[in-house]
Amino acid sequence: MLPPLLAEAHQLAATVVMGTHGRRQPGQGEEFWQFRGAVPGDPWRSIDWRRSARGDAHFIRQREWQAAQSVLFWIDGAQSMAFSGDKSRQTKAARATLIGLATAILLIRGGERVALIEDPDPARSGQTQIDRLVAQLAARESDRDYGAPASRIFPKGSRAVFLSDFLGDPEKVGESLLRAADRGVKGALIQILDPVEEVFPFDGRTEFRSMSGAIRFDTLRARGLRAAYLDKLAARKDRLQSLCHKTGWNYLCHHSNENAQPALMWLYAALEQVR
Amino acid sequence: MPFAGTIGFLSPWLLLGLLALPVLWWLLRAVPPAAIRRRFPAVTLLLGLKDPESTPDKTPWWLLLLRMLALALVIVGFAGPILNPEQQRLATGPLLILRDASWASAPDWARRQDKLAEVLAGAERQGRPVAMLALSGPLPKDQPLEFQAAGEWVKNLPASEPMPWEPDYEAVGIWLGSLKETGFETLWMSDGLARDGRGDLLAALSKRGRVSVIEADRSILALRPPVYRDATLAVTALRQDAVIGEPVIINALGPDPAGIERQLASKEVSFDTGATSVEAVFDLPSELRNRISRFQIVGIRSAGAVVLADDALKRRKIALFAGQQPREGQELVSPLHYLKKALAPGAELIEAPVRESLLAAPDVVILADVVNMTPSEVQNLTEWVEKGGMLVRFAGPRLAEAGAGKIDQDPLLPVRLRAGGRNVGGAMSWGSPKQLQAFESGSPFFGLAIPKDVEVTSQVIAEPDPALNERTIASLQDGTPLVTRKSLGQGQVVLFHVTANAEWSSLPLSGLFVQMLERLAVSTRTATPEAADLAGQSWQPEQVLNGFGELRQADDLIAVAGERLAGARVGSNLLPGIYRHGDRQIALNVIAPDRELAAAAWPVGLPVDHMQKVAEQPLKALLLALALIGLMLDILATLWLSGRLSGPRETVLRGVLLVMALMVLPGDGAKAQDEMALRATRDTVLAYVKTGDAGLDRISEAGLYGLSQVMATRTAVEPADPIAVDLETDELAFYPMIYWPVSESQALPSKAAYGRLNNYLLTGGMILFDTRDANLGGLGTATPNGRRLQQLAAGLNIPALEPIPPDHVLTRTFYLLQDFPGRYAGAEVWVEAAPKDAVRIEGMPFRNLNDGVSPVLIGGNDWASAWAMTRQGDAMFPVGRGGYAGQRQREIAYRFGINLVMYVLTGNYKSDQVHVPALLERLGQ
Repeated sequence: MLPPLLAEAHQLAATVVMGTHGRRQPGQGEEFWQFRGAVPGDPWRSIDWRRSARGDAHFIRQREWQAAQSVLFWIDGAQSMAFSGDKSRQTKAARATLIGLATAILLIRGGERVALIEDPDPARSGQTQIDRLVAQLAARESDRDYGAPASRIFPKGSRAVFLSDFLGDPEKVGESLLRAADRGVKGALIQILDPVEEVFPFDGRTEFRSMSGAIRFDTLRARGLRAAYLDKLAARKDRLQSLCHKTGWNYLCHHSNENAQPALMWLYAALEQVR
Repeated sequence: MPFAGTIGFLSPWLLLGLLALPVLWWLLRAVPPAAIRRRFPAVTLLLGLKDPESTPDKTPWWLLLLRMLALALVIVGFAGPILNPEQQRLATGPLLILRDASWASAPDWARRQDKLAEVLAGAERQGRPVAMLALSGPLPKDQPLEFQAAGEWVKNLPASEPMPWEPDYEAVGIWLGSLKETGFETLWMSDGLARDGRGDLLAALSKRGRVSVIEADRSILALRPPVYRDATLAVTALRQDAVIGEPVIINALGPDPAGIERQLASKEVSFDTGATSVEAVFDLPSELRNRISRFQIVGIRSAGAVVLADDALKRRKIALFAGQQPREGQELVSPLHYLKKALAPGAELIEAPVRESLLAAPDVVILADVVNMTPSEVQNLTEWVEKGGMLVRFAGPRLAEAGAGKIDQDPLLPVRLRAGGRNVGGAMSWGSPKQLQAFESGSPFFGLAIPKDVEVTSQVIAEPDPALNERTIASLQDGTPLVTRKSLGQGQVVLFHVTANAEWSSLPLSGLFVQMLERLAVSTRTATPEAADLAGQSWQPEQVLNGFGELRQADDLIAVAGERLAGARVGSNLLPGIYRHGDRQIALNVIAPDRELAAAAWPVGLPVDHMQKVAEQPLKALLLALALIGLMLDILATLWLSGRLSGPRETVLRGVLLVMALMVLPGDGAKAQDEMALRATRDTVLAYVKTGDAGLDRISEAGLYGLSQVMATRTAVEPADPIAVDLETDELAFYPMIYWPVSESQALPSKAAYGRLNNYLLTGGMILFDTRDANLGGLGTATPNGRRLQQLAAGLNIPALEPIPPDHVLTRTFYLLQDFPGRYAGAEVWVEAAPKDAVRIEGMPFRNLNDGVSPVLIGGNDWASAWAMTRQGDAMFPVGRGGYAGQRQREIAYRFGINLVMYVLTGNYKSDQVHVPALLERLGQ
């Protein structure tokens, strides 16, 4: 299922027109940034003799700082993500993978390094990293109902993107966020929900089960539960939002029936902001 | 038990169960429907919520109704409903069942058996003892009737068969008179034919109790024995009722020259209204006529509808030849005159010299006083006799003289003759004319009466010989042989020691002469044999008929005395069939030659059942099946209500429905062809050759699919799914390019297929041959696939080839390429050679190359494997050294594919770029 998603992600990424995203400060890089007068202590070999020959002062050629960022992705692959309220709709997992891959493609194009959070190897750049990402996403399999980000020590100053429905234990996510914030890692968190989960259009005697069937809830009249359910869902969203607010992350709730492009734009912008 | 109109119930009290239905309704309503199970990831949010309402949902009313209906059907079904229940008379006491069981009951025997089984079942229900008796079978003499439980008779019922004769009512009447039992009811299963004594029998039975009759209401057809008349055969069909009937087809059956029984002739006749007989006349050539063994009415299984043919229908071919032709006008002294008179009514006569007459394949050759035959004639005659012919010779003055001085026996004479012969009772002799001695028992003439006036005055005399006695079959009173016989090979030679005319004896003048010829099977009888004709002979039954008119071999039966065959009634001790004595056959038929059929007449008031009643039809199975269907619907409805009729179950259900729909819709070959043509022409389609190797075809399919996908994303060409082409059957003209993977096991196309392939290449098609062996041996015979390619391509019109030159159009139709890898890289790829005069103009990058597209492209890089893509878009085979390193080579392979398709679709368009400098120059001005 992944190669079509990858193609879709490429397409999605192609809709985002990028300029060059230089750091606008001198540093390690290929691009010329500015000349400045040489001061004592500068190494001889950094003097740009061609510029210096035009005047009496010595000039040093500075390059733009182009250090690549590491961006870590948590794309929830738990069983709850495999849910789709309607056959014509993508599953939440597909939507999460689409947004995640498109972002990764954009980042790779911008020269950044990306990796999955569960990948023990450091983040890499280059087109092959996309292939590696795809292979890893295709290979993973989870028998757990709800996912949580793998506990990994974030490289300092790296970025992170969490894509999940966040219907599992909120404590674990909060813990992970706080730990990331401790390491100075900023990022974005997208909650992907199916419209059915947002609306709760059920009635009659119903037995609700989690995707694996491990968690069950029996009701005689599902309609009567609607108001209480919506309250709880709102509370969960609030909690995630306040958590993000505390740690300086960005939060977005995305529904799988909506267009993916705004979410991608938002996510890309969010990653730009925190730089 | 009868019940409300035409439906009855076996156990009506079970219907009380219907009263329980309302209770069940109430119960079912009280139980809530099963919960709908839903997958819902956000169930974690629901945990801990309180259910605000506690009234459950109700089962929908229509589902309740369905269940009630199914249950009601079950209850009614088990109550045992019966459509058209039999209105049975309550009767008690013993029941005697009489069956005529004659050939006339054979055609509807199965129906009669069923009816009897029904009657017996009824008797068993009522506990009546039953005795059953076939009137045509043996009658229990001096024994009481054997009343048994009806079940016992049911067991024996299937073994009973109709007899090929008719019951003798007189004998039955006598037996009935001696019967002591009274007070039983009689059921008479009649065959429907009128017979003497039926009325008496009925009266005798009525005295003992109630009598009812079962009789079939249909025509009984029979055949009288055929009659020979004016060289035609007349067969008369009979029937007992004089209503308008369907035409009757009568077949004449007999062996063909190979001995296999066939229908020799067929005749359709119709009874006139009111007539009970109709005659069918068979006018056949004698060859056919002599072969007829029986006549049969088509479609009637009855011994009465079969009539066996015997000698009486056969006409033998007899060749006559006399040594001395009579002078004109002296008919009465002709040696053949009396023979002709005796034989003409029953045989075909040929009068010709021996040599010619043998060509006509006669059954018998008669030579009257013939001597001095040429050696070749003797040899021909001997051979003919040895093959089964019968040679009859008559003596005469020449024969008497011929014996003189001969020591060797003439092979065509049964005995050696003394020269001269003798005269007795003539004017110049001492003795008186001799009379015949009575025939001995071993003689074929045994039993024939000898008229007093037969006298012999001259004869030829046999030399004494040890074998003489056994060869003599008739002799004079003084013991001298009159007729001698010897067998020769399969045939025989018979010598009458007298002349065939009245010169030497009065034998030819007597009736005995005819009888003797008949006994020798020289002539055949023309009328029914009299008892006297058959007296003293024992006739062995050869084949006998059963009641259904089927013949069986009868070697196990004992022989019958001849006089019984004449005019006797067939019965248990004289079975109808073919009887044989020596060379002669007599057929004993079921129907006598003068038989007429008439319908049995029953007195008014006697209950006669015509076996036409509607049968009882139990409805239990039907109702239970309906109930089962209802319950199945209930299952489906319940599943649907609870939302479980989705996922795999729904797929299965759809599959089942689809299969059922497909079974209803007939497939259409032409439609499939049109479909394919439409598919091939609606979009650009890449095609590959079906090689017959399933694995290889799959790779080709996946490869072209992959290439199509890549082309669709990168170019304006958006091919549809690839099509497999069967070279033998499919039209090729639709495809711009055909990919042909070469496999060692592929069969060579047929001539017609090569014709179409060449036409395809000639009209602008292109075939990409792929040996898939990295071209290891060059374009040669080093690899099996390479060799196969040579064989495959031998029938194709392929121009001179060359490896793709660096300036070939293929290198620049879409991408700029100099390499054409598939899974293998580096091997040369061959195209049509450029013309010799192609020159590169100074300042131009390319030669001015030929127009048109190369009809073939041959390589061994296994392109399909490199292109192969699953439907998910994954590459199927690794390229290069695994990992991500081979992606470049795969990419180039795709580029080659795109270039190739572009080249095929656009032709030499890119080649025209040679003119670009000139165009630019002109623009510059």
